[in-house]
Amino acid sequence: MKAVVVLFPGSNREGDAVRALEMATGKKPQIIWHAETELPAGTDLVLLPGGFSYGDYLRCGAIAGRAAIMDAVRAHAARGGLVLGICNGFQILCEGGLLPGVLMRNRDLRFICKMQNLRVERADTAFTRAYSKGQVIKVAIAHGEGNYEADEETIKRLEGDGRVAFRYCDESGLVNDATNPNGSTNGIAGIYSQKMNVLGMMPHPENLIDPLVGGIDGAGLFKSLIAA
Amino acid sequence: MQSQSVEITPQLVAEHGLKPDEYDRILKLIGRAPTLTELGIFSAMWNEHCSYKSSRLHLRKLPTKAPWVIQGPGENAGVIDIGDGQACVFKMESHNHPSFIEPYQGAATGVGGILRDVFTMGARPIACLNLLRFGAPEHAKTRHLVSGVVAGIGGYGNSFGVPTVGGSVNFHTRYDGNILVNAMAVGLAKSDEIFYAKATGIGRPIVYLGSKTGRDGIHGATMASASFEADAEEKRPTVQVGDPFSEKLLLEACLEIMAKGCVIAIQDMGAAGLTSSAVEMGAKGGLGIELDLDKVPCREEGMSAYEMMLSESQERMLMVLDPAKEAEAEAIFIKWGLDFAIIGKTTDTKRFVIKHKGKIEADLPIMELGDEAPLYDRPHVPTPKKPVIDASSVTPPKSNADALVHLLGTPDLCSKRWVWEQYDHLILGNSVQQPGGDAGVIRIGDGPKGLALTTDVTQRYCEADPVEGGKQAVAEAWRNITASGALPLALTDNLNFGNPEKPEYMGQFVGCLEGIGEAARALDFPIVSGNVSLYNETQGRGILPTPSIGGVGVIADVNKSASVAFKKAGQSIILIGETKGWLGQSVYLRDLCGREEGAPPPVDLAAERRNGDFVRKLIESSRVDASHDLSDGGLAVAFAEMAMAGKVGAKLTMDLGATPHAILFGEDQARYLLTATANEAQKILADAKAAGVPAAIVGTTGGDTIDLPGEKSVAIERLIRSHEDWLPNYMAGRDASSAA
Repeated sequence: MKAVVVLFPGSNREGDAVRALEMATGKKPQIIWHAETELPAGTDLVLLPGGFSYGDYLRCGAIAGRAAIMDAVRAHAARGGLVLGICNGFQILCEGGLLPGVLMRNRDLRFICKMQNLRVERADTAFTRAYSKGQVIKVAIAHGEGNYEADEETIKRLEGDGRVAFRYCDESGLVNDATNPNGSTNGIAGIYSQKMNVLGMMPHPENLIDPLVGGIDGAGLFKSLIAA
Repeated sequence: MQSQSVEITPQLVAEHGLKPDEYDRILKLIGRAPTLTELGIFSAMWNEHCSYKSSRLHLRKLPTKAPWVIQGPGENAGVIDIGDGQACVFKMESHNHPSFIEPYQGAATGVGGILRDVFTMGARPIACLNLLRFGAPEHAKTRHLVSGVVAGIGGYGNSFGVPTVGGSVNFHTRYDGNILVNAMAVGLAKSDEIFYAKATGIGRPIVYLGSKTGRDGIHGATMASASFEADAEEKRPTVQVGDPFSEKLLLEACLEIMAKGCVIAIQDMGAAGLTSSAVEMGAKGGLGIELDLDKVPCREEGMSAYEMMLSESQERMLMVLDPAKEAEAEAIFIKWGLDFAIIGKTTDTKRFVIKHKGKIEADLPIMELGDEAPLYDRPHVPTPKKPVIDASSVTPPKSNADALVHLLGTPDLCSKRWVWEQYDHLILGNSVQQPGGDAGVIRIGDGPKGLALTTDVTQRYCEADPVEGGKQAVAEAWRNITASGALPLALTDNLNFGNPEKPEYMGQFVGCLEGIGEAARALDFPIVSGNVSLYNETQGRGILPTPSIGGVGVIADVNKSASVAFKKAGQSIILIGETKGWLGQSVYLRDLCGREEGAPPPVDLAAERRNGDFVRKLIESSRVDASHDLSDGGLAVAFAEMAMAGKVGAKLTMDLGATPHAILFGEDQARYLLTATANEAQKILADAKAAGVPAAIVGTTGGDTIDLPGEKSVAIERLIRSHEDWLPNYMAGRDASSAA
């Protein structure tokens, strides 16, 4: 598994992503500067980390979504290569045309950082095979704009095609308004591309890889990827 | 050619916050009338905020040295050695006045400023904390201010990418017109790679880095040095606007050029902007500085020398560069998309020379700008001692259990989750103990070493008895760190007081400093950095004296750090320290009896040290599995907090004597609650006896209720509801009284 992490001006969780990938793969992923136009040969996974690329100015992810490196990322995805966008990375994937929909401001208009239960909607993808279907995992969320919205038809298609990766839920896996921290449609916390090789998600599995710091429920995602 | 177009009138002098005798001092110093730019420079350098003219005399008495102190007060931040070639760089600073005027930007730029202080020294910021004081919840502006300040702190820190791991939030009517926003930043550096402001070498380039200069924040530091009158709203234009994105780029670019060895001296442009940063670099190095303002990157056209020298635009740095590495440094800044401009040079004249459009706008002696700033020994009167309140004179509640439920839902004691969930406290993946406990504990890199961090002060104690209150603030910060299992090493202070020209407020300042010094000496907890904020009053009424203490401790193995939560049923609960039932200035007396009265609890520093050292050893040797220090609300509140945190109940079995409410809610100092197995607890009692530490088994964990002697059981869920509901209800404008 050769992984790279893309660094945009204003990215700030790249170190956390590097740590999680290193823990899973045993080697440090390469960091790629946003102004590059090519990915290193043999790249299997491109990770777009969390943060506030370009200060979230204009719209979250809008400027980064048009960065030079994104053409290479789009080409990589089109070839079936794996792409994981976490938090701001998810916003960049939506703005960059790799995933549908948009991340709006949280329902109550406040940034929110807390532990959150997620339901794993399917366990047969490159990202989730170390989990089981319907499993409830506890990961961190830390965002001001994680409220996923798309037009009705897109939502219907995402749901129909099984492209919802994770939903916000309670400890028992129940998904409803009370378990939804940001107002996302259908409690959506992450979605796949049509070919299931691109995953965008608001929560931070990279911060849940250590029993001393909150738990290890995020490690499964990285374990899944090395098996890919 | 000397620029002189504006006549310096007494009115203009007064508008610059300079007293007539201070202006006479300027005339004597330079032998002529100053130019307008020069007047502005003096005003910036000689205001209270930059010159510490009322406080310097007293600050000198504080203990600032220890074998592990690398850099004490006087630089951008304090530096301590934490072993293994690592240094911890930290400081706390206030942004009180701007935050009252424009809460979001005021608080945001407060965070930005303190982060810059830390990374200017070559340290990567790894944690932030804060201490906030708001007016009474009933006050019309409070909700708006809480909302804006919290969003501003989060908005800046979250984007910059540093976890906010701790803080303190209180409410009191004395802050109605003057809130406190104190922000602390903590960074990590190599102990032999610290960068300082002292310029060396003659003819070296002075480089301007970061964002462009605009007209924002002109005279911010002067505003911070005056009392608020009814015109506070009109001062909005003096508040700066923060850009955390630029700051993040500035951080990365600065650390990169530092690593490449390009930097000789560096200073951030904080209060009084270009003026104070340039003067400090020159004065510290005994050199002159010459600046050509035509080279300064400006955001707006037509800015005058006066405006450029006094702008407080954010995210800017000044640096003396190694001339051989100029191209390398510039390339790094261009890569990060930041301005890089050579705007001057060091000279051997010891003069501060400002050129603009071919004219000399200022030519001043650089050393005297700082050294000759006025120094005042302001008259001060000690605060009269308050009577000790006898517990038997304080009305007991109908039910101690109901009183406890009520207290947990009061503005000061309630859960501040609504606040800290707006701060990213998890980024960097090292937050071992998150907000809500005694201290934030963060792992350093891959560990096992860690830092324990806290901010604290009990302002009602300081108001009642400044000396004891000052001691208590230091002791409580020390105790918070100890209760997490770490060794307290050093502190930063942020001294928020009223008008120093009034002897009673100056007396509070002097008294608190005496207490802080005494406690810091007794606990080997030196002051390595700090900030003084005076004139915190509105229309003649001072705030409660609030010397915020930010403490830093080191723990050798974060795996061993103790949290407040009860871990499981069947554990013995041990109370360390002596409980007499001190109700004077307690939250019980204030919030349940409506009496803000009496002498505060005395602080026995020898007992603090003895009890704390004993507790720390127990945690280090993993003999206890939960630990919490006792503070506001005393034994009962600490007991409930441990139960709520672990969702494990407990039964208190100690004899409460004739005044149970005093034993339960008294705020005697130097106390901790611990849990251990029944066997281990007996051994701990024996060891405590041998060490001369008062200790007793006071209860057992288990169940899902709290049981106080002679009282009905209270479900933990009910405690949690009372504790958690008040702040969200208040912020949503809902009536919170039904929650308890």
